[in-house]
Amino acid sequence: MGIWIMAGVTFREAARKKMLWMALAVSGAFIILFGSGLHFQSRDFSARGMNPVLRREISFTMLTMALYAVDLLAVLMTILISADTVSGEIASGTIQAVMTKPVARWQVLLGKWFGFMGMLTAYIALMVGGVNAVARLMTGVTARHLVPGFLLMWMESVVLLSVTFALATYFSTLTSGVLALGLHGLAFLGGWIEQFGAISQTPGAVAVGVISSVLMPSEALWRRAAFEMQSPLANALRISPFSTLSVPSRAMIAYAAFYLLIALAVSIRRFSQRDL
Amino acid sequence: MNQFATGGLSDLAIDACGLGKVFGDKVAVRNLTFNVCRGEVFGFLGPNGAGKSTAIKMLLGLVHPSKGQARILGKPIGDVTTRRRIGFLPEHFRFYDWLTPAELLTLHGRLHGMSRAALRQSIPALLDLVGLTPHGEKHLRNFSKGMLQRIGLAQALLNQPELIFLDEPTSGLDPMGRRLVRDIIRAQRDRGATVLVNSHLLGEVEVTCNRVAFIKDGEVVETRALSGGSTAETTVLIRALHLREEIVAGVSRWTAQVRRAEERLILTLPSADVLPDIVRYLADQGADVYEVTPQRFSLEQRFLEIIGSDGGL
Ligand SMILES: Nc1ncnc2c1ncn2[C@@H]1O[C@H](COP(=O)(O)OP(=O)(O)OP(=O)(O)O)[C@@H](O)[C@H]1O
Ligand SMILES: [Mg+2]
Repeated sequence: MGIWIMAGVTFREAARKKMLWMALAVSGAFIILFGSGLHFQSRDFSARGMNPVLRREISFTMLTMALYAVDLLAVLMTILISADTVSGEIASGTIQAVMTKPVARWQVLLGKWFGFMGMLTAYIALMVGGVNAVARLMTGVTARHLVPGFLLMWMESVVLLSVTFALATYFSTLTSGVLALGLHGLAFLGGWIEQFGAISQTPGAVAVGVISSVLMPSEALWRRAAFEMQSPLANALRISPFSTLSVPSRAMIAYAAFYLLIALAVSIRRFSQRDL
Repeated sequence: MNQFATGGLSDLAIDACGLGKVFGDKVAVRNLTFNVCRGEVFGFLGPNGAGKSTAIKMLLGLVHPSKGQARILGKPIGDVTTRRRIGFLPEHFRFYDWLTPAELLTLHGRLHGMSRAALRQSIPALLDLVGLTPHGEKHLRNFSKGMLQRIGLAQALLNQPELIFLDEPTSGLDPMGRRLVRDIIRAQRDRGATVLVNSHLLGEVEVTCNRVAFIKDGEVVETRALSGGSTAETTVLIRALHLREEIVAGVSRWTAQVRRAEERLILTLPSADVLPDIVRYLADQGADVYEVTPQRFSLEQRFLEIIGSDGGL
């Protein structure tokens, strides 16, 4: 019961503080922008009578690019909205009146987690769905495996959410945000090193990438998502900068799930033990 | 009167034994042993930084003790279901400031496991009690300090608690607000609730508490009963002429605590009831009694004596 009350509070807070509406407005603008880009492109392509195969590949690349932007936005959004909730409430003392109610600490923490998870799920679904709908409408192209791609992006966000929660039970808001972003940055750079290591066939560089994914599997999930979503040709030709010469394996996905659960367990444990 | 059955388990609402808390290398609470009986209004007195708030937070399970243990309403501290029977006003009451008072109370009530219907019944009365009915539509971020303190107080009473912790309930309140707190504490005591109040306003403590503990450097230095009418120990000053030594010696039949300075006698009596007998005795023995003044026990005097000249900090 306590879980759902706290999840509801988290949602209501986002709505009351206008965060939810602003996020919706910005997402709308993003999708409109993408739509107009595609519109002008497809008009010019038709005028030029372009080769349909090439045209399809370019549209696919545009779509992947938009999804890449969505992914980055989702990452930033996850860290921004969740870094303050635990540490901020401890710092301001609002947690004291809550935690003296007959609700266990893990329920409050999980409640907040579910609240944010719900918001992020809606956000990512809206953005991925919107971008794909627009692409389909304008160019007839949609992501190859839309649902697995969406689920992987969603999982990336949930991994980051759990890590940010765990950090926020130890550190202040700002420190938690900086650390979470820094960890993702590490994974991001590691991902690129792995890509170029694969192109140049340098096993050492690939190993560096894999290690960075072990430290923080968020970026690996995106690369797998890109692999699932972009055109088979791009995957075969290995020309796209958005993926995936070295595709993260299923084992990496399982590892990310494990990592997420550990992060969540750490945050519950630490929140239960610390002084408020 | 008392609506809370103790079930014969324990007459103690709070039973703390050797509680201590260390933050890093800072000792916040050294060694706190005290107990509070059910139905009692108990005061915590002590200088800033004595560890009063930390002690309350330990009893409520917000801060984990470094040593010692305590039982609250017969259950070990940290027990989640006991919190259903507890109310708490934190020292700095903060809550989600994007809520209105009624929304805040609803949320808190639901965390207590109360039904929405029951809350719809009780919330207007509570808001009325703390004088916030005219501000019902405001968001808490637009509240003044005293108004926040009032909503915090309403929040602490929401679940009709058996045990109420009030950490500086009068801070930020105007004189009417302070009187309100006094009335609320009395009403809660009459309901049979136990109240632990932490306050720097000695006057307030003096009129509301049954017992106080003086706390210094995280230790209980003294506990003292306050209430009591004619049965409690009282000190009287008697000014009389012709006080011969044997007359003074004769007073020892009522009390051993006799101090004499010239024509003044200062007696500490087990009860004010014996005072008429003493005066009659003095007159019979030929002393001329000019003045008999009961000395009110002064909490402030005692506070300063105990806390000492080092300013407490
Ligand atoms: N979270 C904390 N970390 C470090 N030190 C702390 C912490 N909380 C309290 N202290 C220290 O513990 C001591 C006791 O603090 P506490 O708040 O319990 O005092 P208090 O008796 O309530 O004082 P006041 O009358 O000013 O409210 C203080 O010296 C304070 O600096
Ligand atoms: Mg205090």
